[in-house]
Amino acid sequence: MALSSDTLFLLGVAVVKVVVVLLVLLTAIAYIVWLERKLVAHIQSRWGPYRVGPYGLMQPMADGLKFLFKEDIVPLEVDRFVYWLAPFLSFTLAMLTFAVIPFGGSFKLFGHEIYLQIADLNVGLLYIFAVTSLGVYSIALAGWSSNSKYPLFGGLRSSAQMISYELSLGLAVVGTLMISGSLSLRDIVNSQTGTWHLAGTNTFLPHWNIFVQPVGFIVYFIAAIAETNRIPFDLPEGETELVGGYHTEYSSFKFAMFFMAEYANMVTVSCIATLLFFGGWHGPVFGPAWLHVLLPVFWFALKVFCFLFFYIWTRGTLPRFRYDQLMAFGWKFLLPVALLNILATSFVVAWIGT
Amino acid sequence: MVPVFYIFAALTIIAALSVILQRTPVYSALSLIVVLCSLAVLYVSLGAKFLAVIQVIVYAGAIMVLFVLVIMLLNAGRERHTEGSRLARWLGVPLLAAFLVEILSVIWNGLSSGAVAPPAPDAGPAAVGALLFRHYVLPFEVTSILILVAILGAVVLAKKQL
Amino acid sequence: MMPIPPTWCVYLGTGLFTIGVIGVLTRRNVIIILMSIELILNAVNINLVAFSRYFGEVDGQIFAIFVITDAAAEAAVGLGLLIALFRNKETVNADEIDLLKW
Repeated sequence: MALSSDTLFLLGVAVVKVVVVLLVLLTAIAYIVWLERKLVAHIQSRWGPYRVGPYGLMQPMADGLKFLFKEDIVPLEVDRFVYWLAPFLSFTLAMLTFAVIPFGGSFKLFGHEIYLQIADLNVGLLYIFAVTSLGVYSIALAGWSSNSKYPLFGGLRSSAQMISYELSLGLAVVGTLMISGSLSLRDIVNSQTGTWHLAGTNTFLPHWNIFVQPVGFIVYFIAAIAETNRIPFDLPEGETELVGGYHTEYSSFKFAMFFMAEYANMVTVSCIATLLFFGGWHGPVFGPAWLHVLLPVFWFALKVFCFLFFYIWTRGTLPRFRYDQLMAFGWKFLLPVALLNILATSFVVAWIGT
Repeated sequence: MVPVFYIFAALTIIAALSVILQRTPVYSALSLIVVLCSLAVLYVSLGAKFLAVIQVIVYAGAIMVLFVLVIMLLNAGRERHTEGSRLARWLGVPLLAAFLVEILSVIWNGLSSGAVAPPAPDAGPAAVGALLFRHYVLPFEVTSILILVAILGAVVLAKKQL
Repeated sequence: MMPIPPTWCVYLGTGLFTIGVIGVLTRRNVIIILMSIELILNAVNINLVAFSRYFGEVDGQIFAIFVITDAAAEAAVGLGLLIALFRNKETVNADEIDLLKW
């Protein structure tokens, strides 16, 4: 089968997109770690990293080198295959979600419309849920294969926690889906163009879903924090009770993979929150043509950054839940609220008509 | 699409064999997850995108997590090989062969492989949803009762004391 | 693009079904018996999807969704039974579960 030059061009564009997204993502993850250390330090009246480079900006490189050159300790009696599989699975799945996340509009290059997104699936959001729902295995298997009691506790806790909160997470976004009428992330963002019109007057409020789905958003974000195992829901790795939880027995680069996966998951859920509730890349656009392409990407990154900031802020502020409180909160509060939100939204959508 | 189908069909069968041949339950569960995911790929190659995603979310992401959780909870180790019945050992393989030959002959005679398939149906979320909530709404509601009964059953069974 | 011949899907379904039946009949671990049942259900699903493609109708996929729902219910009750059983007898071996009452 001969490839036409068009196909080759599109193939090249796809490869470039994948490489750029991965590079940006990995750099971003490294600097989110720096940001977290710095912010939490300032919240607690400390300096944080400041030795390596100005403001400690080279700290991520130093950390990376440290992870690479540390001795990789594999405890005796671990289940070798699963012990290796878990970190790789965790990292790969965290990276896979970015295949469908749109981070900007589109532009024309040599007569081709190029979208700032790797792949636009018509089941894009469900794809993300599918990939993240597989992420439970990496934690559960890491806990099991380490053949040690604390990781096992961490693995058990996290699989129960992630199953429980995945329900609320999935149900919380149903309201926005009913309003946008699509599962493609690009369509969902495009349905949030412009401003709200109330009783015929332009309100200058952006046409974002957050203004009609505040409950959905709050439920989504709480469940997302639980899904990514962050404080106040970080029981799977609560260091004061479980040493380090599921990654207690991991060292060196395998530990780094879990670490990067956790931060990549944070970026993923922040991206989804931005896309579903905060209008994605929409924002004021002005200036020459190239700015019309770059500004949306900037707005998107800014919104995602706000969520990440909020994540770190929460971490610096809140204490950890007790396990029974966590389960009761997920099942007895978040789930009913998410269901009621769906019910109310569906009534309103049916009342107004599509 | 056809090579994709063959590769993943082979993967499905190998992983399915691994499910019943592994002695450690966790490895069986992992193999079953591979089966489910490669079946999802087959569904995509057959044009059922929505079902493929549902397969991964519900089957691989929820049901199998329960299995893994229970395996970890019970700490089920390697299975001891127990003595089977002698009759089963002698009759099992011939009966299995007969069963396979019968099914394969039925398929061979009953299905013509050269038939021209109609264009793939639109199996996106909208089409599936419309069919599910309009034409099949009664079975759908009955399924919800089934789920309710299952929840009640699981709660009653898992309770320490009634 | 060449369509996938439906015969191959049915062969695959047969293979999966047979493997599942062998698993149910030969294994002693109740968890693996339950997993073999999942294999059988998936064998049904692949046939449903194949014929849905073959006849150009979505209905087959709806039935596949019902099968998946049923599998979820079955897994919940099955594993609940298993845990109740393990609590009483401390075994997951089907051979040792031979009392009607204790």
